[in-house]
Amino acid sequence: MTTLSPSAAPGTLRYQLAEFWGSFSASRGALVGLLFITFILLIALFAPWVAPHDPALQNRDAFLVPPVWHAEGSWRYVLGTDAVGRDVLSRLIHGARFSLSISAMVVVLSMAVGIFLGLLAGYFRGWLETVITRLMDVVLAFPSLLLALGLVAVLSPGLTSAMIAIALVQLPYFVRLTRAAVIGEKDREYVTASRLAGAGHGRLMFNTLLPNCMAPLIVQATLSFSTAILDIAALGFLGMGVQPPTPEWGAMLANAREFMGSAYWAVTFPGLVILLTVLMINLMGDGLRDALDPKLKRS
Amino acid sequence: MIKFIFIKLAQLIPTFIGVTIVAFSFIRLLPGDPILLMAGERGISAERYAVLEAQLGFDRPLIAQYFDFIGNLLQGDLGTSLVTHAPVMSEFMNRFPATLELSLFALLFAVIVGLPAGVLAATRRGTFIDHSVMGVSLTGYSMPIFWWGLLLIMLFSSTLGWTPVSGRISYLYFIEPVTGLLTIDTLLAGNWDAFRSALHYLILPGIVLGTIPMAVIARQTRSSMLEVLGEDYVRTARAKGLSSFRVIMVHALRNALITVVTVIGLQVGVLLAGAILTETIFSWPGIGKWMIDAISRRDYPAVQGGLVLIAFIVMLVNLLVDVAYGVINPRIRH
Repeated sequence: MTTLSPSAAPGTLRYQLAEFWGSFSASRGALVGLLFITFILLIALFAPWVAPHDPALQNRDAFLVPPVWHAEGSWRYVLGTDAVGRDVLSRLIHGARFSLSISAMVVVLSMAVGIFLGLLAGYFRGWLETVITRLMDVVLAFPSLLLALGLVAVLSPGLTSAMIAIALVQLPYFVRLTRAAVIGEKDREYVTASRLAGAGHGRLMFNTLLPNCMAPLIVQATLSFSTAILDIAALGFLGMGVQPPTPEWGAMLANAREFMGSAYWAVTFPGLVILLTVLMINLMGDGLRDALDPKLKRS
Repeated sequence: MIKFIFIKLAQLIPTFIGVTIVAFSFIRLLPGDPILLMAGERGISAERYAVLEAQLGFDRPLIAQYFDFIGNLLQGDLGTSLVTHAPVMSEFMNRFPATLELSLFALLFAVIVGLPAGVLAATRRGTFIDHSVMGVSLTGYSMPIFWWGLLLIMLFSSTLGWTPVSGRISYLYFIEPVTGLLTIDTLLAGNWDAFRSALHYLILPGIVLGTIPMAVIARQTRSSMLEVLGEDYVRTARAKGLSSFRVIMVHALRNALITVVTVIGLQVGVLLAGAILTETIFSWPGIGKWMIDAISRRDYPAVQGGLVLIAFIVMLVNLLVDVAYGVINPRIRH
């Protein structure tokens, strides 16, 4: 007699995880994305140890030093320096901390509030639903960046305002998805069973319904994460986000802009890092969608 | 159909009210005294303060202020800019054609490149072409367009000297505005050199702004085409012996376009948000750059007016998309 390994038993969490991993890792793009994101996260986490220089240190002997592959470049500043002699690579590494942590907070904030409002709207329906969906329509009527800019102007430019503004702009997507998912699940047998067993509103919403509505929300979370990185950088670029001398990718681009003609590296690398990070998150998001939501599967 | 349009219009009313409340609250939510804030660091005399307070109506009850705001808004009065002392409405209208021209060109670029690319990828599914189109479109979709703009300027303007860096047309030409769209006005005036100049200035910012919509359109076209190509009527058309070009162009694409048209319509918000960045990079004298300038100069009436007008444009276009969708796909109307 052979014993079944516990991981093979359908219905268990381990089985589900294995199944998820199976379809996620089937996509090469998704795996590459995951690896890259893990790499960037580790770099961000260990930034002070990984970065070769202090990101704020201005070296007077090294203004606009080109990257190492130029004749005038040196291994001391692998990706060159900016106009005040700061190491571009070190600033990029430290910048990852800001971009990733602010974006992560944006997603958490937006997702938490969005799920709550979406659950309320989908579960209770009626006037509450009308009010919530109309409010979200108002948010959607403004182009996202414009609304964020307006909010930042009200709240005064800075890290926290940028975070709140972008979280608000992302909110309607989470609300709409949660609401739609809840409405779809609400009349299923397991929910009725739970209600008959005496579960209250809170328990029904958060313990019964929510776990079964998570798949599209997780996919949306990765999408929001990449959008947040772009928006934070855009606000930084416009001078409305993280304030100097904080090494933030968008702000780095804005500072380097006037030296565009003479120092391409100061412009090229921050943008390249933004593009790569966003691209890899989107690749991973596509894989997640295929693995979590067979209905949405890309044909 | 008329009923459908009216229902859609009625549904816009709460959003309209919401948008006006947001814009109205905007100045009043500023931390501190808005009038002192607007005056900036130079400070303000007591008389000027009183004048401004009366002009902005801040001495009246809040609810009365809101109804004043709505009343003025419905008459097209959005107050005056604190910087130029010109009506916000006319400031907006002066710059809107520039943004419209840029956005239309961007959308044209996005459709001309994105649509065929999507069709090609769908018909050559799984091949190198498909993977390349999808790779490029995912990259375009992930593009920080402010950086993309700078890169293109570095390459085409600074290094190759092919395109100008900023502005809408060479200062050598003065074109009497008719539509406000320089490419059309120059053609109406029959001035080919000026038209070429306007196009020259338009091409780079247009491509930058059109990059994300292009990527979205290519992806959407591909997936709708794939869906449609699997339908029975496409198989029937093939079985009838029609050429595969005809099957794809006439039978499949027409039906795939239903969803693509909606997606194209939804790009308007994306375009307006992108216009803020694109116009800043290329010093394009449109409403995006105007809004950024207004925010940094603390010209709050201008920001408030801009917020309302842009939101109206987005709402209006979304309504048109809804209606167009109802026309193409009658099932929606019921």
